[in-house]
Amino acid sequence: MTKAIPVRKFDAIIVGAGGAGLRAALQLSEAGMKTAVLSKVFPTRSHTVAAQGGVSASLGNSEPDHWTWHMYDTVKGSDWLGDQDAIEFMCREAPNVVIELEHYGMPFDRNSDGTIYQRPFGGHMSNFGEKPVRRACAAADRTGHAMLHALYQRNVRANTQFFVEWMALDLIRDEKGNVQGVVAMEMETSEIVIFQAKATLFATGGAGRIYSSSTNAFINTGDGLGMAARAGVPLEDMEFWQFHPTGVAGAGVLITEGVRGEGGILRNSDGERFMERYAPNAKDLASRDVVSRAMVTEINEGRGCGPNKDHVLLDITHLDPEVIMSKLPGIREISIKFAGVDPIKAPIPVVPTCHYQMGGIPTNYKGEVVVGAEIVKGFYAAGECACASVHGANRLGTNSLLDLLVFGKSSGNSMIDFIKSAPKDLPEVAMADVERSVARVARLDNQTNGTNVNDARLAMQRTMQAHAGVFRFNDMLKEGVKKILEVEQMVKTTMIADKSKTFNTARLEALELENLIEVAKATMISAEARKESRGAHVRDDALDVPETPNGRDDANWLKHTLWHREDNRLEYKPVNLQPLTAPSVALKTRSY
Amino acid sequence: MDEVELKRIIWRSRRGLLELDLQLERFVNEVLPTLNAQELAVYEQILLLPDWDFLEYVNGKSVCPDPELAVMIARIAAANAGSHGAAN
Ligand SMILES: Cc1cc2nc3c(=O)[nH]c(=O)nc-3n(C[C@H](O)[C@H](O)[C@H](O)COP(=O)(O)OP(=O)(O)OC[C@H]3O[C@@H](n4cnc5c(N)ncnc54)[C@H](O)[C@@H]3O)c2cc1C
Repeated sequence: MTKAIPVRKFDAIIVGAGGAGLRAALQLSEAGMKTAVLSKVFPTRSHTVAAQGGVSASLGNSEPDHWTWHMYDTVKGSDWLGDQDAIEFMCREAPNVVIELEHYGMPFDRNSDGTIYQRPFGGHMSNFGEKPVRRACAAADRTGHAMLHALYQRNVRANTQFFVEWMALDLIRDEKGNVQGVVAMEMETSEIVIFQAKATLFATGGAGRIYSSSTNAFINTGDGLGMAARAGVPLEDMEFWQFHPTGVAGAGVLITEGVRGEGGILRNSDGERFMERYAPNAKDLASRDVVSRAMVTEINEGRGCGPNKDHVLLDITHLDPEVIMSKLPGIREISIKFAGVDPIKAPIPVVPTCHYQMGGIPTNYKGEVVVGAEIVKGFYAAGECACASVHGANRLGTNSLLDLLVFGKSSGNSMIDFIKSAPKDLPEVAMADVERSVARVARLDNQTNGTNVNDARLAMQRTMQAHAGVFRFNDMLKEGVKKILEVEQMVKTTMIADKSKTFNTARLEALELENLIEVAKATMISAEARKESRGAHVRDDALDVPETPNGRDDANWLKHTLWHREDNRLEYKPVNLQPLTAPSVALKTRSY
Repeated sequence: MDEVELKRIIWRSRRGLLELDLQLERFVNEVLPTLNAQELAVYEQILLLPDWDFLEYVNGKSVCPDPELAVMIARIAAANAGSHGAAN
């Protein structure tokens, strides 16, 4: 090594300043821990800002509710893949963390009696699935935004130290595997610095950008997952991704399902109204999964539209323009802006669009990263990058913001205990991981020819979209595994023309791609192997017969996937069906 | 405006909302390089807006109270009229 790398020392390091990172940081700073938070962007521009729907808690402000009902809904939503200890913990803690957030200054909508107003949301039921209950708490339609602001202000007061526009590159583990911190790069100067701490938390958010159609902002590149995988930590349940049926092809912006309600028709490249074949009665108004499945089947069988035959068309040209303007405001604008077509004159290109990642870095409900029976000492994860696992095979709406608060807080508490029990002085930093990280950056700086970063990213996104999308086929998955390993080779030889040292966005994007590809491989390989349908993982060849209703095969597949990067090996671990105190939610066929 | 500042601005054009990312993409590639120092300073101020306000202004749902910013926001919106041609 040519030059010594500076080391900065803290009690705790948090990578990520979204809801999960900020909530954890607050716990630590208010307990007097010297806490550093690293973020690629200013905290309040983290992707949590996008959340509009709300955060769930069984406060029972409008009608009776109970955390055991919330727990039941979550287990059922997860298609029984969620760990029931973690789910109990989350649902029981929910009222506390929401009230706490209120005390931090979160401007929740209120009832006339001053309590938090709660609204209904899909999947929220009272009395173990009986009838809908109002459980979602929101701050107008800016819940995520308000949450970030409240938590950020509070952190500033508590003296959390922010390192904004810093990108963490790699995790540092010593010879025993204990985590010592991260290697990070300051964007402005490209200086590489070691951040050393007793406890390190990843709260880096999701990786929706592995798909060509995603609702996620460009920032969601799965950096935490890439870093964990490179450091030998397996990734859990990565085959499970939530999709919306209709996003604008190539952009990802959602087209509300109300468009089909108003008479919108889906067509293939022959102009055929194909839903008539799949759902003769409901046609275009069939349920989400039926519509998604039909769309993907059309594309898969070569009846997709456009030069790449990779989308279908949503046609509203037959509707009265007045109706479009009055009943579907915004749709025309979205279509003109993001698809380049005026829907009054031509159909909108649409495709199932990735929204949320259920899998992630394996943790327990305390936020500790767990591999096999062992805890990885000094390493924690929370939020969308973590898999506790509360969402299992399918997340319930509004449970994600809740996950940020509950597991942000619980990992903060676990870190405080660990820091207090650790020796006062930090040990020498083990240099092997640091050198590997520096070498990754050096490779990019020295590579003078090779693959264009954009080309490699597009190849990855197209492969994921076509082979591991909302609805999956055995041979497509098999081919997808081959293809994604080829894309991996492209990523290993990416070349950037800009070698400058200041805010080199080309380099940042190349480094992000190295994280995305880890997530893509984990997803494809885990999905190919899981031979059943469960929650968001739906396969054409998983039969809906009495032994495996909806294609779900509990006898063989009631287990979590763990993907190991070094040899693409898969390993499985049992689902925890035993809650902490409540009775177990017994296995049942999932139907709504 | 030096090159570092310009590159910082480009990075800060990454936002927390997909719709903003998409709408800023073309503006950053095509219009940003043509702005003079004063215009860039205005754009930098826009980047300090909360994402949801910024998006509402770009989408014309409401008007930015600062007229100077509003003019630049109109240019962002204009750069995007029918830009993302997935269909063609
Ligand atoms: C459009 C949309 C609407 C949604 N609505 C809802 C809703 O209504 N209710 C709900 O419960 N959920 C909703 N979700 C899901 C929810 O918003 C997310 O799951 C959640 O906000 C993720 O929060 P997080 O703290 O894990 O990560 P994020 O908020 O994504 O933050 C990640 C942080 O990590 C930082 N980071 C990442 N990589 C690095 C690196 N290498 N170095 C340094 N910093 C890094 C980023 O800068 C950022 O600060 C929605 C999602 C979308 C896309």
